Amino acid sequence: MPFFKMSGVHAPHMKNTAEMEPVRMPVPASVVIPMNMHIGAPAKPIVKAGDIVSVGQQIGEPGGFVSVPVYASVSGKVTKVDKVTGANGASADAVYIESDGEMRPFEELKAPTINDFDSFIAAVKNSGVVGLGGAGFPTAVKLGVKDLSQIEEVLLNGAECEPFITSDTRTMIDRTKDLTEGIALLEKYLGVKKIIIGIENNKPEAIAKMQEIAAADAAVTVKVLPSVFPQGGEKVLIYKLTGKVVPEGKLPLDVGCIVLNVTTLATIAAYVRTGMPLVEKCVTVDGSAVASPKNVIVPIGTLYKDVFEFAGGFKEEPKKVLAGGPMMGIAMPNLEQPVLSNCNAILAFNAKDAARPEESPCIRCGNCVNHCPLGLNPIAFAQALNAKDYDELARLKVNLCMECGCCAFSCPAKRNIVARNKLAKAQLRVYQQKQAAKEKEKEA
Amino acid sequence: MEENLIVSVSPHVFAKRTTKSIMLDVIIALVPAAIAGVILFGPRSIAVIAACVISCVGFEALFNVIVKKKQTIGDLSAVVTGLLLALNLPVSIPIWQAVVGSFAAIIVVKNLFGGLGFNFANPAITGRIIMLIAFTGTMTAAAMPSVVDTVASATPLAQLAAKEDVGVSMLDMFLGVRGGALGETCALALLIGGIYLIVRKVITWHTPVAFLGSVFLLSLLYTGSFENAMFYLLSGGVFIGAFFMATDYVTTPTTHLGQFVFGLGCGLITCLIRFWGSYPEGVSFSILLMNILTPYIEKLTMHKPFGGVAK
Repeated sequence: MPFFKMSGVHAPHMKNTAEMEPVRMPVPASVVIPMNMHIGAPAKPIVKAGDIVSVGQQIGEPGGFVSVPVYASVSGKVTKVDKVTGANGASADAVYIESDGEMRPFEELKAPTINDFDSFIAAVKNSGVVGLGGAGFPTAVKLGVKDLSQIEEVLLNGAECEPFITSDTRTMIDRTKDLTEGIALLEKYLGVKKIIIGIENNKPEAIAKMQEIAAADAAVTVKVLPSVFPQGGEKVLIYKLTGKVVPEGKLPLDVGCIVLNVTTLATIAAYVRTGMPLVEKCVTVDGSAVASPKNVIVPIGTLYKDVFEFAGGFKEEPKKVLAGGPMMGIAMPNLEQPVLSNCNAILAFNAKDAARPEESPCIRCGNCVNHCPLGLNPIAFAQALNAKDYDELARLKVNLCMECGCCAFSCPAKRNIVARNKLAKAQLRVYQQKQAAKEKEKEA
Repeated sequence: MEENLIVSVSPHVFAKRTTKSIMLDVIIALVPAAIAGVILFGPRSIAVIAACVISCVGFEALFNVIVKKKQTIGDLSAVVTGLLLALNLPVSIPIWQAVVGSFAAIIVVKNLFGGLGFNFANPAITGRIIMLIAFTGTMTAAAMPSVVDTVASATPLAQLAAKEDVGVSMLDMFLGVRGGALGETCALALLIGGIYLIVRKVITWHTPVAFLGSVFLLSLLYTGSFENAMFYLLSGGVFIGAFFMATDYVTTPTTHLGQFVFGLGCGLITCLIRFWGSYPEGVSFSILLMNILTPYIEKLTMHKPFGGVAK
């Protein structure tokens, strides 16, 4: 009997910009490039105030194994290297560059020479590419698989399930060549035999383009998925495309899968062809406050206010500005924020859409329980959090929550469930650290 | 202007459904049963319904004022409780008794436990049970539909229990032309309301199907007759219980499996009381007992965390 199936929510699609080919914005007057745009150790700045840099010139070196080099996105003069605090609360060095408006490419750039797995991984590392779907995990680390026979299939994530965002859709439509080349690279240097492209069914044009690739390459299949948020979540996508379940604490590779966002792969292919690393990003600029929504190619580090200005400014006063989509995006405190490399949309909403509805008591309707794609129980989380019962929180697996927001989206009482889940996760982490420290003390 | 940006935790978009819109859907779903009650039992039904709804809303408003809580009558849950209680009362009930029942439901069962979302038992059901015990005479007087030209007699269930001939046709049973509470007899109206709730996705099929199905199957086993089993299914408060009381969010399990188990339990206890208990009807008691078991059913039927590993 159908008592439980992996669920999710039908969020409004709002793919207003799907038909809009990305346009390159004029060179901004200045950019701010943080060194921590990825997961892992922040990069270390290798330039100082007064240096003249050009597009694609390295300005930050990897700060560890799980890290990436960072490149200048405009040509001009470094005005300062200073700490910035990102919207996620983490503080890191950032390089401030005043643009000379010329977008001069770095003269030493050349396409990398690739002849085996190691040189391919080195090239991916030098490209500075991170998971561009939003995760920001260094792609070279993900692809640097020790035992290549572990890889059963590569899943290309073109689900793009967040409302509003169409930048991956445009990648699939406009950068089919890059994707074809990227797939060839994976086949050649990683020995990948099976590639599945997962796309939600609300992107017919992208599906048609990807089916052209599949028609020309027997290793590639396109799977059309229902448009249910969060179809593009990594664990969800793996399950929907292969039926495999990634166990807690394990990586997709442990079940034989590598998941790559389509734009990530296209960016790697473009680097291999041209030698130009990750210096720009296509972002969807939309939302009820934006005068003329569009897909914009922006130099990384461009300030939000400049991007919005290019999109015609605001038709209404913006009351909420998001990095990312409305389900999982981060609300920005001001418009002085730089566009990060893993950003795929910046949205601005008017007062009506920005206001969070008022919370009322939980009526135990079970929407959160029945819409959680991971089968978690936010009602029980809230009770355990309230009772400070951390062992119960651990038993309930609050740590698995990916904060997709299906619970809070579907809650009729408009409870701030994601905030509570985040708090529960953080408190559980601290509790477990303390427990571990106590254990150690006992042993000593 | 950017100093005025709102910063809040995701998500930043919400489904349209609210607590109030759910309550409104339940009220809409109960309208056919209320109309059927007025048609079958006459205009006094309106007075009973009005008395319960007004006193439920009034008691909740008063309670909030006295304990200095934010006013909650706007969520319409008190209206639902009042309406459900009224539909579970005989049309002949003295109005003051209906008001006492409303007090028990809203103040004792709901608000003293913390208000909407915190009560462990269904307020309308428990209110009705309190009245049944306090005012046994008037609560068990089987008012006959005014459209039937007979004096008051025992309800079909009482007759079934006494192994008497029910004397009501199956069609009359389905349309509600029989003795009973003013809103519980018309299975047709309750079915329409129940289907409305399922179509609107306010409830799922799990509880009603398990409840109705188990009552029917157990009655079939007990009586060995399809016709008698149908009578058991259509009599008493099985329909209103299965669609409207056993599906109350607050007091029932949240998972679909849990809801199915809850429905089965209600059906089983209803039949045990009907066949061997000293009360002719067991729907109210069965739902109340299952309300008490809800936390345990909830625990045993939780979804398995996706990819979770026991440690």
